Amino acid sequence: MMISAATTTEGGASLPLDGEVDARHGPILYMEDVSVSFDGFRALNHLSLYIDDGELRCLIGPNGAGKTTLMDVITGKTKPDSGSVFFGQTIDLLELDEPAIAQAGICRKFQKPSVFDALTVFENLELALKTDKRTWPTLFHKLNSEQRDRIHDVLQTIALPAQQRQLAGALSHGQKQWLEIGMLLMQDPKVMLVDEPIAGMTHQEVERTAELLLSLQGRHSIVVVEHDMEFVRSIARKVTVLHEGSVLTEGTMDEVQNDTRVIQVYLGG
Amino acid sequence: MNLQNLTQDKTYASVLIALASVTLLIPLCNLIFPEDSALHFSAYSVSLIGKYLTFALLGLSLDMVWGYAGILVLGQGAFFALGGYAMGMYLMRQIGTRGVYGNAELPDFMVFLNWTELPWYWNGFENFGFAMLMVFLAPGLLAFVFGWLAFRSRVTGVYLSIITQALTYALLLAFFRNEMGFGGNNGLTDFKDILGFNIQSEAVRSILLLMTGLSLIGALLLCRWIVNSKLGRVVTAVRDQESRVRFLGYRVELFKLWVFVFAAMLAGLAGALYVPQVGIINPSEFSPLNSLEIVIWVAVGGRGTLYGAIIGAVLVNYAKTVLTGLMPDAWLFCLGGAFILVTLLMPDGIVGLLRRRSKPKPTLNATGGQPA
Ligand SMILES: Nc1ncnc2c1ncn2[C@@H]1O[C@H](COP(=O)(O)OP(=O)(O)O)[C@@H](O)[C@H]1O
Ligand SMILES: [Mg+2]
Repeated sequence: MMISAATTTEGGASLPLDGEVDARHGPILYMEDVSVSFDGFRALNHLSLYIDDGELRCLIGPNGAGKTTLMDVITGKTKPDSGSVFFGQTIDLLELDEPAIAQAGICRKFQKPSVFDALTVFENLELALKTDKRTWPTLFHKLNSEQRDRIHDVLQTIALPAQQRQLAGALSHGQKQWLEIGMLLMQDPKVMLVDEPIAGMTHQEVERTAELLLSLQGRHSIVVVEHDMEFVRSIARKVTVLHEGSVLTEGTMDEVQNDTRVIQVYLGG
Repeated sequence: MNLQNLTQDKTYASVLIALASVTLLIPLCNLIFPEDSALHFSAYSVSLIGKYLTFALLGLSLDMVWGYAGILVLGQGAFFALGGYAMGMYLMRQIGTRGVYGNAELPDFMVFLNWTELPWYWNGFENFGFAMLMVFLAPGLLAFVFGWLAFRSRVTGVYLSIITQALTYALLLAFFRNEMGFGGNNGLTDFKDILGFNIQSEAVRSILLLMTGLSLIGALLLCRWIVNSKLGRVVTAVRDQESRVRFLGYRVELFKLWVFVFAAMLAGLAGALYVPQVGIINPSEFSPLNSLEIVIWVAVGGRGTLYGAIIGAVLVNYAKTVLTGLMPDAWLFCLGGAFILVTLLMPDGIVGLLRRRSKPKPTLNATGGQPA
């Protein structure tokens, strides 16, 4: 396989867009005592979670445990009723809206693949490119050779170079997942939130995804939500189990899988 | 380049050539051939064609905001009318002492209302440059304020459409009032000169047609450039998946606002070109029905293609001229019927039919290769 961290992380133009993320004193992402309710239903219930700089964290839990809601809170889609969410020591994410959070360096892949069907694969990646996102600069934007190379690197990484001129709407489900991961790479974010990346993928594609995610840790902090235990086992150092909107337990895959509460939640419920 | 782009480019080129021919040949014919020649166009037909072209420009402006940004504006006519009023105000000031009351400063309707001085907002309109600036600024500013409020509070879909309709209706009521100082019910009319030349003369009519054609061609080229820019792609992405675009770091509301304001200014220009050719601007241009008609032109032509809006605007308005001549009462029914037919049977409009004929099976397949 041709996956390496170099093609995906070092090839790109480094642009001075990041805010000042201060992660010198530990975690890059703090969630403390966060609660979210929808019409009285608690989707997140006094949840606290800390993600270290460069860490690859897996988030598991039964359907409806609040995993997607957690990502919605971090990326500004949902504002919590209470609690605090910080990016590094200094950036209060609850004060920022979605574009500001994305520009600060927190990017996500959605559970339902969300690519732009009416645009080509190449254009999808171009839109995600980390660059000036204001209207006038966008109007006059021309790709320079460095940026073009970067897009081609990512096309290689996500195994879609032959489809670059195809409309994204014509891709298979698995390919759309990859394209969205590619868009994540184009943004070169500090934190990647990856919601159920392998749904609809072939066995081979799953293996490549695992390799890719592993190659990205260190330079990026990554939070992966997944149901597939085998997949989680293949990538995880540390696993967090979510249940009914709060953290049930945290630990290595083995610790977690032998935890009686986890077994109960998954089997007995 | 893939097949779809190629057929699109061919139609686009044909439309450009047709526009250039109309724009250049008609004034040229009138210059060369004597009045009794079969190749000489009457002042009436020159103005009629000129009017169609201003509608084409108006349709084009709606296609930018509806076809590409996905904002179904049901008040695009308001921006057209504002541009028209700005031009009308300049033309009123040109009348000078030749009005019925012979007042050098005040237009007739103000004298009639016993006003003694020009309202402050009429100042400057005696200057053509200033008036042209207002042709863009007045609709642009209204669109900016309205769009800023609407898009920032994330008003979308049907709600947005309805409030744009309400906007044009509110303006209709306001401009009807004599106290507003825009001639009330009668609007602005009885124009004499434009830049010192007799506005009724055939030469001026030809030049106005030429200006309209050139503006339309220029606008089409500009719109196409915008649509093919990265901003154009962001806007398309917003149309299809608005919230997703936010997570890529784009301020969606500002992109919508940009296109909305741009389209409003284009509509304003169309209105400014329309008024000297039809000789009047009155509040009926703000009527909600007018704005609905623009949507129908674009739907009939084919939305999201730019030239489709031009084809649709010209064809529907030609049909309107013919039909209102034959059966004046039937026009609204025909228009409604056309809209239903197009919505049900040709969702991509006339352009869609053309494309389907030139390409038997729509495929999304494309060849690889470096994007240019
Ligand atoms: N926008 C919403 N409105 C109402 N209920 C919601 C909303 N989003 C999520 N929920 C509810 O919150 C709970 C957690 O959902 P989610 O975070 O999607 O779970 P997971 O991703 O872990 O499967 C579910 O019961 C879901 O029905
Ligand atoms: Mg989920």
